[in-house]
Amino acid sequence: MYNVWTITRRELNAYFVSPIAYVVAALFLALHSYFFSLILFFSQEASLRYLFGSMTSVMLFIAPVLAMRLLSEEYRSGTIELLLTSPVRDWELVVGKWLASVLLWLVMLALTLIYPYFLRLYGSPDWGPIWTGYLGLFLLGSALLALGTLASAATENQIVAAVFGAVLTVGLWVLRGAGDLLGGKVAQVINYIALADHAVDFTRGVVDTRDVLYFLSVIVVALFLATRVVEMRRMR
Amino acid sequence: MIEVSGLTKAYGPVVAIEDLSFRVEKGEILGFLGPNGAGKTTTMRILTGYMPPTSGTAVVAGYDVTTHPLEVRRRVGYMPETVPLYPEMTVADYLDFMARLRHVPDRRNRIAEVMEQLGLTDRADDRIAKLSKGYRQRVGLAQAVLHKPEVLVLDEPTIGLDPRQITEVRELIRSLGEQHTVILSTHILPEVSQLADRILIINRGRLVAEDTPERLTALLAGGQYLRVEIRPNGATDSDVQQALAHVPGVREVRVEGRGQYTVVAEEDHDPRPHIARAVVERGWQLLELHTTRLTLEEVFLQLTTAEPEVEAG
Repeated sequence: MYNVWTITRRELNAYFVSPIAYVVAALFLALHSYFFSLILFFSQEASLRYLFGSMTSVMLFIAPVLAMRLLSEEYRSGTIELLLTSPVRDWELVVGKWLASVLLWLVMLALTLIYPYFLRLYGSPDWGPIWTGYLGLFLLGSALLALGTLASAATENQIVAAVFGAVLTVGLWVLRGAGDLLGGKVAQVINYIALADHAVDFTRGVVDTRDVLYFLSVIVVALFLATRVVEMRRMR
Repeated sequence: MIEVSGLTKAYGPVVAIEDLSFRVEKGEILGFLGPNGAGKTTTMRILTGYMPPTSGTAVVAGYDVTTHPLEVRRRVGYMPETVPLYPEMTVADYLDFMARLRHVPDRRNRIAEVMEQLGLTDRADDRIAKLSKGYRQRVGLAQAVLHKPEVLVLDEPTIGLDPRQITEVRELIRSLGEQHTVILSTHILPEVSQLADRILIINRGRLVAEDTPERLTALLAGGQYLRVEIRPNGATDSDVQQALAHVPGVREVRVEGRGQYTVVAEEDHDPRPHIARAVVERGWQLLELHTTRLTLEEVFLQLTTAEPEVEAG
């Protein structure tokens, strides 16, 4: 765990020196403050349900950007050679990198707590769906960032990593419709693999173990594959 | 300290190194000399546990790189050809990160000590991006020695430096050689002859010659290398050595083991008929006899034999 944390620490520092993290976080907050006001104005409802929906969609595109530099930058600058000749296991490197992006996501989520705070000031929101909604967003974001980490492990070009990451995240999202097209048992399987259904229940105040397990398995599979990719790149 | 045998690495159909075998004793500075693309970096990457070999074994500080890469990495300090630095970090932060990665005990004091040793103390809080190439090289060396590794692997440590910086870095390497076993790669002949106790020349992934700097330099000035393989029917290595040493034109005979000998001879003689006769007269069997001079020459032609010029201004 010590190795993972060493990697995470450095990566977090790197996030806060690079403009990308600030720009992305600022855009994310600005956009959702705007949505928050609009939704509140039109719905007159002390709930974050719609806002959570919007955060989910936006995160599909932001996660690959937040994760794009994680390994790509190490490949590009050659520092990967330093990490791969240090007494650190490949999975520790991958998990450490991913964890840094998850912590950044946590910070971004924490900043959005200002919205429920407003709701509390001027109304009486139902806290259940808000907290479960946040839990859902956290899990969803962590899974998307794991996919972004996988994309970043595959290339030394950050832009390619971001695009490939978005293909993975958006692809896993839009799979939902493809399932229905086919129908039958296949549809069930495909729809289970798709992200869409698993994110919804949380915003309704329901924490379904299957959804939690789903996100955890996306994380494990993506990080496992990322580790394999790093291992394979060693050979070249 | 390092024992390499039959090391081969292929990238798909391309063979980068083939059947390399050599040893490095504790406390020795080994120079790894060869033109670009000879397989130096590949060999070093294998020795540092970065990548496993396709076949063959390499044992570094008592651990096999294929089966115990983590143990090897704990005991090796490595400075790759492009010094891997994070430009946004300060020197102190960077070394702190590396020290944590290597589990260096008493981290703070050790970092201070290494910065002192490499003349980095004044630059501790400078961002790496602002440092000159010479200072970056020092930071690269600093990270390589932080964890007091038994083996130090330096890939082209003076490449891209100006002559004054080169002298500085060489001084540093010489002083590091007192505490570590060092493998140093370069394509600059004078560099390796200044620093190394022993030189290994590789070309196209194969070992071409292995000798002390003095003898290789002598060879450059004239002389030839012969490889002889004999089945001596019970005679000892020293018998063979003596017999061959008496052949006219032969300067020196070295035992390579398993019936193989390297003969260094004067340039203007072709000692081969004499060697053949000497062997046959004693009733031994001559299995192989050829000069390796051509391959060596080919290597030397591609090596940089001159120091970089001092730039005016």
